[in-house]
Amino acid sequence: MKCLVEVSNLFMRYHSLNGETDALVNVNFSVKKGEFFSIVGPSGCGKSTLLSLIAGLIIPSSGQVLIDGKPVLGTSEKVGYMLQKDYLFEWRNIFQNVLLGLEIRKKITEENKNYVLNLLDMYGLAEFKDKYPSQLSGGMRQRAALIRTLASKPEILLLDEAFSALDYQTRLSVADDIYSIIKRENKTAILVTHDIAESISLSDRVMVLSKRPGSVKSIHNIALSVDKKSTLSSREAPEFREYFNKIWKELDVYV
Amino acid sequence: MFNIKEPVVSGEHKEYLRKIKIRKLSILLTQIALLVLFFILWEVTARYKIIDPFITSQPSRIIRTLSNLYQEGHLFKHIGVTCGETVVGFLLGTLLGTIIAVILWWSDFLSKVMEPYLVVLNSLPKIALGPVFIVWIGAGPAAIIVIAMSISIVVTILEVLNGFLGVDKDKVKLVKTFGASKLQVLLKVILPSSMPVIVNALKVNVGLSWVGVIVGEFLVSRAGIGYLIVYGGQVFQLDLVMASVLILSLAAALMYQVVAYVERLIVKIK
Ligand SMILES: Nc1ncnc2c1ncn2[C@@H]1O[C@H](COP(=O)(O)OP(=O)(O)OP(=O)(O)O)[C@@H](O)[C@H]1O
Ligand SMILES: [Mg+2]
Repeated sequence: MKCLVEVSNLFMRYHSLNGETDALVNVNFSVKKGEFFSIVGPSGCGKSTLLSLIAGLIIPSSGQVLIDGKPVLGTSEKVGYMLQKDYLFEWRNIFQNVLLGLEIRKKITEENKNYVLNLLDMYGLAEFKDKYPSQLSGGMRQRAALIRTLASKPEILLLDEAFSALDYQTRLSVADDIYSIIKRENKTAILVTHDIAESISLSDRVMVLSKRPGSVKSIHNIALSVDKKSTLSSREAPEFREYFNKIWKELDVYV
Repeated sequence: MFNIKEPVVSGEHKEYLRKIKIRKLSILLTQIALLVLFFILWEVTARYKIIDPFITSQPSRIIRTLSNLYQEGHLFKHIGVTCGETVVGFLLGTLLGTIIAVILWWSDFLSKVMEPYLVVLNSLPKIALGPVFIVWIGAGPAAIIVIAMSISIVVTILEVLNGFLGVDKDKVKLVKTFGASKLQVLLKVILPSSMPVIVNALKVNVGLSWVGVIVGEFLVSRAGIGYLIVYGGQVFQLDLVMASVLILSLAAALMYQVVAYVERLIVKIK
């Protein structure tokens, strides 16, 4: 399979009045098309920085990110970014909220609107499209945020602890939903999470970052002997515990 | 579909609601009674010369003054002038203040450069500049409006800019992931998020604008309620002064209600 995202020799240093911070040092990895790739690492090790670099929101101090073989120089439609909170705007109704990206890119066409309406319909939000965010539950809001990201038809989805603001029950079901949506729409996903179990149950591969300055500690291929992947059934696979312990230990050494 | 059910109200709850209603009503009645009592006391004590109506005036004389003013056709002219100046003053103050805040938000450099000047201007009693404006602009409504505006504009700039800078960074990050330009960040996130701050500034500015306009009319002394007050004071016609103050309180209260209503409308639209 071809590599969709290639990160090579990435180095990121922040400058501020308090001095300079090396956030990432010599990070190398690549993600294949259609892959679900997770990143775990101690807090403050540069995970969000890494996603911002892939999204083209910030420019690396050195090294580069290639998407489809082309270096990332700024934001692109190919990449969708989901943040920890849904950040639905309370002054817009759900439909206006999910159209935000298209509106900013000046791509509101009948065709795109229908595509979005279809997404809302498919993921059970059609009847809420005229409601305001405060009228929706946490899980529905996060799904609306996903549709807002999908509306611009990105190939790659970056999820920065996208489920961690939800309570445990909702978190499991939203993670499941989003997993199946991403697979059905045949997207490539890069998920940052603190939750080792979540990363194993959702991903094809899990990358462990060292503590700051973040560098790649190891990458694990996840192969679970379950028919259908879901956050709960995956956790019952016999290999699950092995992976969990392995990754947990690697994280632990550096905490 | 949702079933719209008749809410079940227990007797206990009805009793609770009734009590609250009665309490509200008795508060209102007491408020009215207090006002009526005040005016009656004023009238009676003045009539029996317990207080000197020459320096305290008295309700019946105030009413006579008002009706004279009305018959001469001056009453609504003065009210109109003052209200007009006030409205233009606070609208301009809020609008220009917001525009300047946008400019300072846009350019961090400019914002840092302006910071000490704004702090000094903010602590300066703007009324002190009144005579300067009158010399520059001429003794007329324009100078009065500028005085009113100058009182509210600096606070507005500081408040609104603070509101802009307080907008959640991740909301900005979100629209940037969609490739938003700086103008789009302003229009899609910063301004709508700061709407409550701007409307609040508007409300505060109403009060400030009244102060500016009345002082302006004191200085310019051509027309308006402030002019009536100064004139009445100079010729020792306390009836005219008191009548004007009365009108002023009514007009100010009314305008505040209108702005509060507009605020509710805007909040509802959001
Ligand atoms: N704009 C910035 N300026 C200066 N330093 C920054 C900036 N953004 C992040 N940092 C620093 O870079 C390091 C990595 O930050 P980052 O947010 O990428 O970590 P993270 O792994 O996402 O952390 P968390 O697990 O808390 O989300 C941190 O030490 C942080 O303080
Ligand atoms: Mg982070």
